[in-house]
Amino acid sequence: MNTSNITLPAWLDIVIIPLLNIALALLCAGFILLLIGVNPVEAVGIMLNGAFGYDEGVGYTLYYTTNFIFTGLAVAVAFHANLFNIGGEGQAYIAGLGAALVFLAFDSSLPALILIPFGILASALFGALWAFIPGFLQAYRGSHVVITTIMFNFIASALMVYLLVNILIKPGQMSPETRYFEVTTWLPKMHEFVALFGYNITKTPLNLSFFLALLCCVLVWIYIWRTRWGYELRTAGFSETAALYAGIQPKRVVVITMCLSGALAGGVAVNEIMGVNHRLIMNFPAGYGFTGIAVSLMGRNHPVGIIMASLLFGVLYQGGAELAFEIPLITRELVVAIQGLIILFCGALALMLRPLVVRAYLVFRPVTGGHA
Amino acid sequence: MPAWLADLYAILDATLRLSTPLILCAMAGLFSERSGIVDISLEGKMLAGAFAAGSVAALTGSAWLALLAAIAVSMCLALVHGFACITHRGNQVVSGLAINILASGLTVVVGIAMFSRGGQTPSLASEQRFLPVDIPGVDALASVPVFGHFISAVINGHNILVYLALLSVFCTWWLVYRTRFGLRLRAVGENPLAVDTAGLSVSGLRYRALMICGALCGIAGAYLAIAQNASFVREMTAGQGYIALAALIFGKWRPVPALFACLMFGFLDAIAIRLQGVELPGIGEVPVQLIQALPYVLTVVLLAGFIGRAVAPKAIGTPFVKER
Amino acid sequence: MVQSEQKVSSTHSSTSSSQFAIELRNISKSFGAVHANQNIDLQVERGTIHGIVGENGAGKSTLMSILYGFYQADSGSIHINGNHIQINSSREAIDAGIGMVHQHFMLVDTFSVLENVMLGAEEHSLLKHSAIDARKELQRLSDTYQLSVNPDSLVENLQVGEQQRTEILKALYRKAEILILDEPTGVLTPQEADQLFAVLQALKEQGVTVILITHKLREIMDITDTVSVLRQGQMVSHLNTADTSMQALAELMVGRKLDTQNHQRVDALPSETPNRIEVFDLCLRNAAGQYRLDHINLNVKSGEIVGVAGVAGNGQSALLEVLAGIVPPESGRFIINGREVSVSDPVDPRQMRQMRVNHVPEDRLKLGLVKAFTAAESSVLGYLHQDKFSWRGLLQLSSIKAMCRRLMDSFDVRPGNPNLKSASFSGGNQQKLILARELDKKPEVLLVGQPTRGVDIGAIELIHQKIVDMRDEGCAILLVSVELDEILALSDRIVVMFEGRIVAEVTGSEADKTTLGLMMANAHERAA
Repeated sequence: MNTSNITLPAWLDIVIIPLLNIALALLCAGFILLLIGVNPVEAVGIMLNGAFGYDEGVGYTLYYTTNFIFTGLAVAVAFHANLFNIGGEGQAYIAGLGAALVFLAFDSSLPALILIPFGILASALFGALWAFIPGFLQAYRGSHVVITTIMFNFIASALMVYLLVNILIKPGQMSPETRYFEVTTWLPKMHEFVALFGYNITKTPLNLSFFLALLCCVLVWIYIWRTRWGYELRTAGFSETAALYAGIQPKRVVVITMCLSGALAGGVAVNEIMGVNHRLIMNFPAGYGFTGIAVSLMGRNHPVGIIMASLLFGVLYQGGAELAFEIPLITRELVVAIQGLIILFCGALALMLRPLVVRAYLVFRPVTGGHA
Repeated sequence: MPAWLADLYAILDATLRLSTPLILCAMAGLFSERSGIVDISLEGKMLAGAFAAGSVAALTGSAWLALLAAIAVSMCLALVHGFACITHRGNQVVSGLAINILASGLTVVVGIAMFSRGGQTPSLASEQRFLPVDIPGVDALASVPVFGHFISAVINGHNILVYLALLSVFCTWWLVYRTRFGLRLRAVGENPLAVDTAGLSVSGLRYRALMICGALCGIAGAYLAIAQNASFVREMTAGQGYIALAALIFGKWRPVPALFACLMFGFLDAIAIRLQGVELPGIGEVPVQLIQALPYVLTVVLLAGFIGRAVAPKAIGTPFVKER
Repeated sequence: MVQSEQKVSSTHSSTSSSQFAIELRNISKSFGAVHANQNIDLQVERGTIHGIVGENGAGKSTLMSILYGFYQADSGSIHINGNHIQINSSREAIDAGIGMVHQHFMLVDTFSVLENVMLGAEEHSLLKHSAIDARKELQRLSDTYQLSVNPDSLVENLQVGEQQRTEILKALYRKAEILILDEPTGVLTPQEADQLFAVLQALKEQGVTVILITHKLREIMDITDTVSVLRQGQMVSHLNTADTSMQALAELMVGRKLDTQNHQRVDALPSETPNRIEVFDLCLRNAAGQYRLDHINLNVKSGEIVGVAGVAGNGQSALLEVLAGIVPPESGRFIINGREVSVSDPVDPRQMRQMRVNHVPEDRLKLGLVKAFTAAESSVLGYLHQDKFSWRGLLQLSSIKAMCRRLMDSFDVRPGNPNLKSASFSGGNQQKLILARELDKKPEVLLVGQPTRGVDIGAIELIHQKIVDMRDEGCAILLVSVELDEILALSDRIVVMFEGRIVAEVTGSEADKTTLGLMMANAHERAA
């Protein structure tokens, strides 16, 4: 039976099937735990406790979540234009350079209130630039964005190593990183911020970029579904021919969308460089760019889904760290493996369960009533 | 032998060693992509293969068993790729990425669980590895001036997998251009519908191509863990799978040009190591990173059509849907 | 079950096996609620040429796909030489001696003819050995059937006719005894078509059974021995070609006397009526350098419908796309609603719409709407830059939906729900939505392609009336349609396109179907 052209109710396609896919991925992860001799139930308990059990854990969870929201949105925006931006990692890295250059140049001369927006802008701009080139090459030179962004990740990495080792390194030290920015210009931490309102929470890396991430979710939602440009983006993504018919220039959409995607990936730099590390260090994107792909696939490319998926990955990261601390057999790479499983089941095998669900739906439909 | 020639030979010798995993992976990718399946998971398959080889060599002490294990594990991942992309028509890039990330995580997780060495496998004794071999009769040639020197200094004295990699290029060429399987393989990457209406199974051909791809990636992984090095180290592939993919594109999806692209990228790597911290007269110190990034930059430039044109197999990336 | 049936049919076949190469009994196939094939019966005698005719969408392709193993029939049976067989794949079709020449060739462009012919039928695992045998056999086949193609040419360098010959050679190389051709002349020049028919005749003389599927009645009359007519999924008639006529077949195909209402102007346009479209020496070539538009000259006046007739693929689509601003011209120029457009001064579709030049595209799914969009979103495709739909870039959802509702009411689009996905509407309702969207803008120039393709009969009259109303309000309309009836019913003037050129022009009142049909095949010129 060919089930691909049977329409299912939206809640089955949007909620149930993705949830089943996630469940399968987590089931596989549990199996891996069993295999290496760890009780999965116990592990889940430790992870949840580590992620939510105390306010420091929550802070860390949300700190990771922030990064995933940025990279998840970056991937999702591109997906809507039928572009697959694998370059979030490199774009975030280069965005860090933008932020660092601004801070290194002006942190002693400009007040934080001016410098921070300036730094955010520079991050976005540099991230956008690193995505612009692959976008431009796809639109006007015909090279595919997937391959080009992969290559640009490596080029970014080489470039940053060179800059950090040879040029930006703080004189007189061994490790390749810049000097610290002026303390007064650091993006406020969440515990400092809520202290203004008289609340007292534990000190964690969580900072105000979390709000920026949430704001980006709203803005992306508005942009894609509530503006003309988003309409054009989706039109070009679904059907290039329809876009041409409507007088939309798909090539321009490709370039603009890639820039936007890169700018969003740049949010990682705001969190990591301006909010947490306060200096440019090697490899700070640490795979967040790739996780963004899992987040976006899991969240069905929708900001609400992305927030939930980011939270899940935040829990996995923070809980995974706790787990690695409690059970020596486990390292944080377990989270990487789970991430791979989620990309596999929610992305590549997204349609695997659909025929089953369709069959189940056809069997149970008469019972649930004829509203279909 | 003058010093500069010795230097050159040393660099060429290193080139061959460094190119070997690239060559094997590029040939692997050639089978997959010529059949119409994008494969960015060369990296992950090679990594998993390296881990399998490292562990099995450490556990059994047999390099050959380790090689077989590497091939088997890598083929399993290729099977997953096929299951997602061929059977379930999933997105080929997403599937490849999933395999890369899965391999990157699992090798460390399982490695620590098995050996508790922070993701590394135990160091291997020499008899557990593939060691350099002498080509019979090479001593007799050594005294022949230029040619003999070249053979003994560059070609001779590698481990068997290096020669296997070179052989794989010939085998790939022969299989792709001289056999029935090759004709069908090329056809299925160009126009799967033509293959289907000719009464052949598109899925069957693609699965077979992916199996060969997996086997070659496994050999590449084994080379890294038990020939070039003496243990598996986390992330030891370090992007070489992607460089191999770049070389494949650079070679326009053909075996011999891809071989030369691999050798070129290997050569760049060899001189990058060589030039580390060396002041070149008149130029100054060439940044190693620049040389390391060159394969990627060159591939981008090639793909953008600034030097020639790389035309991919026509059907690449699109799942085959039989119903019209 | 199958086994026993086989036995029955084989005993039964002892009498009939000598007679029918292929026999279909009661074949049915449906897709959801659509009955593509219903109780199809067919008998074709060995060594004859049998035609199957039917309109677009009559179920011809489905029947072909069942015979070649793409689909399995829901019920019914297939008998080859009297033996009941199952065809589950192309391989099984080939093994049963069926060869098929698809409308879109199944060739690997980067391969040589020889390689294409061998593919899937290589005897040896080494190409070298297979190639020697194949080359010999190819030579023999070429000689026997006058099918000359250079075996070493790359397919991508071949003419269409040669590619088709390669397809036939492929089938014969696989020892096909039954050759099915799906719309084989759609892409051929008349000379190539003649060559094809000579080949088919030669095949017939060698005992090959040929089934020709087409909607061109002239070919049926010229070459077939027997003919079957498909209409709305059912076989309505089996005839000896000699006993029928084009007129009779046409009526059988359509299923009713051809009495479409005639909408042509009764009064002649005053001579001073302004031209709204004037085209001068317009040219466009495809990537291969062939002319899609070959020095087109054309004009359409205000209050006039000019119909463009022609077999699909003769440049009509390119003409619409250039005039709508989607594709810039390569040379030549045109004046549309007072604005001159040329290579150096192109106009994009958005500007065209602002100039009140509207376009109902031929392919509604690829151009006219976005399947994944809601009806409301599709109903503003191309018009979003208007302030009432997007104010400072922000979508005005309520006015977009209100607009969509209004459009749906005016053209009776069902279901009238702007929130439904565009893909979930039937083809006819999608078409009505697009027409409503474009006609609602009160265009001064309207470019329409295939306005009633896939639309049910009741709606056709509504659509025609709306187009005529536009004309009567002074709109200049360029109508492209492959349905001659439609062209005849609506056009005040008719131009005929053939291979990118305008080969004939007649007034609507003096045109008739036969002469137009001849013009479309460019036959009148060749005869002259």
